Amino acid sequence: MTSAHTQQLTVILKQHQQSLLENWLTTLTSKLGRKEKSGEFEIRRQAEQFLSLLVRTLESGAGSDTDGNDWADVRHLLGEVSRTRALQGFSSLDTASFVFALKEPLFDHLRNTLGEQPAQLAQEIAATSALFDKLGLYTIEVHQKAREQVILRQQQELLELSTPVVQLWQNVLALPLIGTLDSARTQVVMESLLQKIVETGAMIAIIDITGVPTVDTLVAQHLLKTIAAARLMGADCIISGIRPQIAQTIVHLGVNLEDVTTKATLADAFMIALRKTGSRVTVQNTEQ
Amino acid sequence: MERIPILRMGRLLLVTIQVDMHDRLAMALQDDLTERIVKDRARGVLIDISALDVVDSFIGRMISNTASMARVLDARTVVVGMQPAVAITLVELGLTLDGVRTALNVERGVKLLESESD
Repeated sequence: MTSAHTQQLTVILKQHQQSLLENWLTTLTSKLGRKEKSGEFEIRRQAEQFLSLLVRTLESGAGSDTDGNDWADVRHLLGEVSRTRALQGFSSLDTASFVFALKEPLFDHLRNTLGEQPAQLAQEIAATSALFDKLGLYTIEVHQKAREQVILRQQQELLELSTPVVQLWQNVLALPLIGTLDSARTQVVMESLLQKIVETGAMIAIIDITGVPTVDTLVAQHLLKTIAAARLMGADCIISGIRPQIAQTIVHLGVNLEDVTTKATLADAFMIALRKTGSRVTVQNTEQ
Repeated sequence: MERIPILRMGRLLLVTIQVDMHDRLAMALQDDLTERIVKDRARGVLIDISALDVVDSFIGRMISNTASMARVLDARTVVVGMQPAVAITLVELGLTLDGVRTALNVERGVKLLESESD
């Protein structure tokens, strides 16, 4: 039965390829709106390629299993289409409608050809619809994956950007944290801090959390872990930049920061660090 | 049987761990160290683990125990030269070696002990 359906579909696709293409493109570009007029040429190229590939695949006797080897070429093309669209910022809806928009003109042709046999027409439409649904869902899947890759890459870039360790003074390091601390980030922060302690031989590390929006128990635990690791390397830690709101939250949550030196501002923490390392900053009197 | 050497530097003792620890070696080290602390009237012990790339919970506990033993004999223990990766592992294991002093290297450790005994 299935081979009969696809045969009918193949015949229609082959006979009316040009008119199908035009109808399809009209739907596509009308849905596209004024957003991307320059993309019309690209869409036409992709549509032509897709149609001819579809015909070739169906002619070669491929079944309705779109995950199979027979459909590899079609899947490859669709994958490419959705990937480029994902990177251009199209939504998954726009991407999927590339395939779904072909259904309508195809159904019109099916109706014209099989108008006298309603039973067969219903079967044909069901089979065709199922086939295109599968292809459409495949484009959504690829689209989703492409977007996930973009997000992942951005996350990594953010991770690298957001954990600088700077040397403030001899034996004093500062670690200005910006953004939330999750476990992956804590790992990076810890590694870069410890590495810097080894490089500079620092005895004091100031962790500034001015840029950390919220401190919950998990963030506090990550902070304490970092401090414990630095202590194992022989460096003392000072937490600075605690906003009043955060001080309240910490106490309400019952987080124990008793063993850690804490300061409201980075300047205060720096003064403490200087005193601990035996340095002193004096203001030179220039009026004399 | 192999033993971990204990070097004397004034009134400090320096223990450099360079081989994999196992039960017998750890016991022997604790035996030797406590004896030497008493004999040399040592004020401080430096345990150098800079040659260790891997520290598991066993070694972590052994170090804690050794420090406690030294403490009973009135000698302060400083663990020196821990690798960054080792520090991270210990923290992840939940072994923060509370009650043990730490320093970046032997030089810093000596300074720390000297400043305390003054």
